Amino acid sequence: MSQIIIYTIITLVAIGASAAIILYFVAQKFKVYEDPRIDEVEGVLPAANCGGCGFPGCRNFAETLVKSDSWDDLFCPVGGNEVMANAAAIMGKEAIEQAPRVAVIRCNGTPEFRPRLTQYDGAPTCAIAHSLYSGEGGCPHGCLGEGDCVAVCNFDAIHIDQETGLPVVIDDKCTACGACVDACPRNIIELRKKNKKDRKIFVSCINEEKGAVAKKNCSVACIGCSKCFKVCPYEAITMENNKAFIDSEKCKLCRKCVAECPTNAILELNFPPPRKKEAAEVTESKSN
Amino acid sequence: MGLKTFSRGGVHPPEYKLSAGKAIVELPPPEVATIPVSQHLGAPAKVLVNRGDQVKVGQVIAESSGFVSTNIHSSVSGKVLKVDSFLDSSGYRKMAVQIQVEGDTWLETIDRSDDLVRNTVLPAEDIRKKMLEAGIVGLGGATFPSHVKLMVPQGKTAEYLIINGVECEPYLTADHSLMMEHSAEVFSGIQILMKGLGVEKAIVGIENNKPDAIKKMKEMAAGSTVAVQGLKVKYPQGGEKQLVQALLKKEVPSGGLPIDVGVVVFNVGTAMAAYEAVMKNRPLIDRVVTVTGKSLEKPSNFRVRIGTPVSYLVEQAGGLPADTAKVVNGGPMMGKALPTLDIPVVKGSSGILLIKEQESRRKEVLPCIRCTKCVSVCPMGLEPYLLMNLSEKSLFERMEAEKVLDCIECGSCSYTCPSSRPLLDYIRLGKAEVGKIIRARKAV
Amino acid sequence: MNKFVVSPSPHAYTDESVPKLMYGVIVSLLPALAVSVWFFGIGMIIVTAVSVASAILFEYLIQRYMMKVKPTHLDGSALLTGLLLAFCLPSNIPFWMVMIGALAAVGIGKMTFGGLGNNIFNPALVGRVFLFISFPVAMTAWPEPGQWMSYTDAVTGATPLGLMKEGLASKTVAEMMPEVPSFLHLLMGKTMGSAGEVSALALLLGMLYMMYRKIISWHIPITILATVAIFTGILWLANPDRFADPLFHLLTGGLMLGAIYMATDYVTSPMTGRGMIIYGVGIGIVTVLIRVFGAYPEGVQFAILIFNGFTPLINKFVKPKRFGKEVKHG
Repeated sequence: MSQIIIYTIITLVAIGASAAIILYFVAQKFKVYEDPRIDEVEGVLPAANCGGCGFPGCRNFAETLVKSDSWDDLFCPVGGNEVMANAAAIMGKEAIEQAPRVAVIRCNGTPEFRPRLTQYDGAPTCAIAHSLYSGEGGCPHGCLGEGDCVAVCNFDAIHIDQETGLPVVIDDKCTACGACVDACPRNIIELRKKNKKDRKIFVSCINEEKGAVAKKNCSVACIGCSKCFKVCPYEAITMENNKAFIDSEKCKLCRKCVAECPTNAILELNFPPPRKKEAAEVTESKSN
Repeated sequence: MGLKTFSRGGVHPPEYKLSAGKAIVELPPPEVATIPVSQHLGAPAKVLVNRGDQVKVGQVIAESSGFVSTNIHSSVSGKVLKVDSFLDSSGYRKMAVQIQVEGDTWLETIDRSDDLVRNTVLPAEDIRKKMLEAGIVGLGGATFPSHVKLMVPQGKTAEYLIINGVECEPYLTADHSLMMEHSAEVFSGIQILMKGLGVEKAIVGIENNKPDAIKKMKEMAAGSTVAVQGLKVKYPQGGEKQLVQALLKKEVPSGGLPIDVGVVVFNVGTAMAAYEAVMKNRPLIDRVVTVTGKSLEKPSNFRVRIGTPVSYLVEQAGGLPADTAKVVNGGPMMGKALPTLDIPVVKGSSGILLIKEQESRRKEVLPCIRCTKCVSVCPMGLEPYLLMNLSEKSLFERMEAEKVLDCIECGSCSYTCPSSRPLLDYIRLGKAEVGKIIRARKAV
Repeated sequence: MNKFVVSPSPHAYTDESVPKLMYGVIVSLLPALAVSVWFFGIGMIIVTAVSVASAILFEYLIQRYMMKVKPTHLDGSALLTGLLLAFCLPSNIPFWMVMIGALAAVGIGKMTFGGLGNNIFNPALVGRVFLFISFPVAMTAWPEPGQWMSYTDAVTGATPLGLMKEGLASKTVAEMMPEVPSFLHLLMGKTMGSAGEVSALALLLGMLYMMYRKIISWHIPITILATVAIFTGILWLANPDRFADPLFHLLTGGLMLGAIYMATDYVTSPMTGRGMIIYGVGIGIVTVLIRVFGAYPEGVQFAILIFNGFTPLINKFVKPKRFGKEVKHG
């Protein structure tokens, strides 16, 4: 009995040892040299593998960072400036600070403003509804509310408000990775500059219909009247295709355009109340 | 001859031919006609008229703007109100010419008599030219410009003309009534198309639920090289690939067209329109539309001017039933649901179906139980359950490999699924995305 | 005016639904159930009732409290699993074993994979094999038919297959034949066996009903039975003393039940006709191999589970015949 055990032990040890030696030499012979800095850079990345940087996964982005001379177009939106600074430190580079951004939903077509004219009964995705018709609301640029943007978010930063039927972005969780922007078939979501205290001013409408048609579809539509364009002191607003666009880089959040807009298409979010009342009074007096 | 059929798949939806046997009623022009400039596959026509212009019936108001394109004519006489975007059956607002109708003055060149003018002496090239000028497109629903279909590409030969008198969609009877009331014109049109295509042989395929039409067409075609073949009632027999396979036992190759097997297919309505265009100088300004529905007072076949609002047709058929919850432009299997009745009839509108509330909604979606029913009914040999699964996961390259582009969107799969899964919705999405991928690939 | 409903085509649907299909299968099982109750009496009724009730209850509990989804326990699939499980068990098995079997069937065989439509292995068979391996003695003691009022105290014996396998160790087939029930009895069901598998005739009637209702197609059951018949036929012709004849093999054991009801389970069988034939041939061959050369007297349950595992592979490589040849466009 004990002989068998001894032979077994010897055989197994011999197999194990020879396997180890073979593997060692093979690993050495076929070793692929990889810059060890790739591992280091990957270590400081958030490991979300969300594709927000435009590359398939954090490892691939790390490789790109190490191999690229210029980091002009390379940025991790999830990790932000802190992570880029850490990565730059490893590579002995200077990190270029980018202003943080956040996803903004540019449609305010709630059932109150944009009456529902039909009932959609197809598969519950925006892509399919979009290919079928303008939508329950009649505006061909309006939000369809089926939640393709929600389905694609890796950070639980967006969900559909059941009452308004529109998506709501949670600013703290949004990493501006851009997944929802790509998912929306109507290009309603935009990545805009994130301001202090999450303040935002933007035209919450992207429709390109002529004024009368737009207003018929939705009472808070942008009718392309250009009043905001004329009143902006910083030339942050451009008019194109019957709609206004506020450049978030140029906008100084003065809110003159909000007061001026006749349809309340320009939204101001996260500003203190008193100023809002003032704006409301101004719009009220205009409509009287 | 016995009845033929196609070999793969197919379903048997109940026929509900409520308007069968109803004589075609010609409706007078509406008060306002809205004529879209894109009623065909290919490039939209270019508008020629302006606000305030006076137009006559048959006048060209928009011209062909490319190789695959055709003319659009005014179907009414009156004054152009607007050239603007209007909601059409695509679900979106598209460019159209809106005309305030005044009287009913036609262009003098159009022969409006009932005389049957047989035997064209025109050569093939002139036939095609007249069809382009007349704006003739496939009236089966696909609306492909017919003169283009008559041009056989280099390296291919045409041997047969096939006429699609199948009308496999439930409810629709427009083609049936055309064959019954205008068989002579249809037959003449077939001969014109044969000449335009340059073939000696033609076959008319008709489903066996129209035995009177089969008999009538056989009588009309007796002694000629036009054969009439009865077909088993099975949806989608009217799909051109299925029709070619049933009649000639040839399968159009994947990614190919019927001309690849020496065949060109036209709808009976198109044959009639070809006759009117070539022999009577009459452009495509009206068509037969079936207005039907279980709760509708008077299911009818109307001959109606292009651009007439659907609301007008529904009124003429007895008014909108109170329990209507869905209005479909076309048949129940492939038709398009309309958001309102304020949508114009266009060249491809074969029918208006009013569906009542109880039948308008889909059932609750359950998980796929892999029952294989969708696979066994697919006439193209695809696997709809797999294509939907891939589409949901956005695996579009894999869908291309699974031949999603072969799908003819007949709807048999969604019709059959016991779990009420929206198979065709996702397959269509996949087709669109695969199309984008292929175009992007070609651009590189 | 009312708001119209807008959805993509088609706008017509069949009457067919998942509950209708499930209840159709259940109806087709009624003849076999009736025969079984006739032969095995109150035992069969108790086992069936416990199995069905447990399957439905466990599905509800797991869906509501563990998976936290809307419970679908009444769609007919849990009922069918419970019924088929009961059919595989001896009618004298204690009720608590039946409950464990139902839990294994529904919980392990179906819910762990994600519920209806997602499982790889036939849930009823998973339950049966679980019990077979856990309680081998209880699962191989088969009550004799005719004991109406006996439940766990029924007199038991081996199945014809079991008898044959043991007997062939020392005797020839011809010598064994008088010891097994006659063919008529095998056909009608007057034999030892699990509750539902005894009456080949009742099961065949059920198969015809399902084919008429278009619930199953001929591919799987006919292929399995044909393969078993041919394979055992070849063996029997080669050596009639050692191998029993094909008719014996067809009528005994769980083959009928397996071929008609277990292998044809939608979720776990292939999606194309040719795939189903490959699947059926495979099951037939493995069944015969286990029966004749393997350690167990009955192989159909294992054969089906093995080929359930092959189904995804079969689906991957066996595609339906596409319409039209590929044409390369330049």
